[in-house]
Amino acid sequence: MTKILTALTEHDVATHDGLWMSAADAERVIGWVLKPEGMCWADACVPMPAASVAGGEVDVAAFWKKLGGPVIASDDRMVWALGSAPEERNAALEGLEAPDFTLPDVDGLPRTLSQLRGRKVFLATWASW
Amino acid sequence: MWQHLYDELKDKGFMVVAVAEESRGADHARPWIEQAKSSYWQLIDTEHRLSDLYNLVNVPQAIWIDEEGRIVRPPETAGSTDHFRRMDLKTKTMSPQDQAERLAAREAYLDAVRAWVRTGQHALPSGMARAGLPRVTPEIAEARAHFRLGVWLRQHGRTAEGDRQMAEASRLYPESWSMWRQAADLDEVGKASGPEFWARVQALGDRPYYPPPKL
Repeated sequence: MTKILTALTEHDVATHDGLWMSAADAERVIGWVLKPEGMCWADACVPMPAASVAGGEVDVAAFWKKLGGPVIASDDRMVWALGSAPEERNAALEGLEAPDFTLPDVDGLPRTLSQLRGRKVFLATWASW
Repeated sequence: MWQHLYDELKDKGFMVVAVAEESRGADHARPWIEQAKSSYWQLIDTEHRLSDLYNLVNVPQAIWIDEEGRIVRPPETAGSTDHFRRMDLKTKTMSPQDQAERLAAREAYLDAVRAWVRTGQHALPSGMARAGLPRVTPEIAEARAHFRLGVWLRQHGRTAEGDRQMAEASRLYPESWSMWRQAADLDEVGKASGPEFWARVQALGDRPYYPPPKL
């Protein structure tokens, strides 16, 4: 199994030759669906070069790079990080809607920013280092 | 750290969310959080997810978010100043004047938060809020992915390889103090505020370590 780290979570997936995986696994990991017109997110489809699709499988590393996202692998190529594309991050921030997130408190209880709608929020970072 | 502010304003539709950018895990932040006895949210962010989402480079930085969930002030230094750069490194003390200025700057920042909560003052119009946002470049995006992988590798006992990924992240995004300090401090606790840190701060020259908020 290959470990894939995405911005929000991590997945264990059967892959070969890098990040070739079944279309079903690709959908589970990155949320994009393989259709005849390409890889699709809702109604938006990105055409796929013939070299990146074969026999119901997708080269997710190639697709991710095509979207402009960084693809970083561990030395043994068993752990991969799929980073967010800079355009995606910039567009999200420029909309000025505060990007939502869920993080645990010190007891492990998950807290989600958007639960605080209706209040002004002072969102501050700190560190013990 | 923000408890007084929160106590003062919590009945005015106000919340503080303090996020620890702590890739060594919750246990490193726990003593501080328990000591603070805070009633606002204290969250742990081992992967620096918030820094990725909001393109943060240091701590403490704060973002102001209104009742509709919109950013009304982009990431800014949250009450800290550069006076520490003039401290006596042997005694780790600041001059009385610097200490007074530092406290005054912090109080002025807290006053701005109070004014925002009470009257809406200091909330920026969309165009200005947008103009103050840090732009994510391809190098920054790549740095974040290296950092994410590095944290995972370290958490799973692959220390040397994790170090290398984190060092690469810091090389790609030298403006991120959080990446540099976490990479250094994982190596050896305390190193992130040792001689290497001071040399790096001195190398800033006239540039700020904590850019003052444009209030």
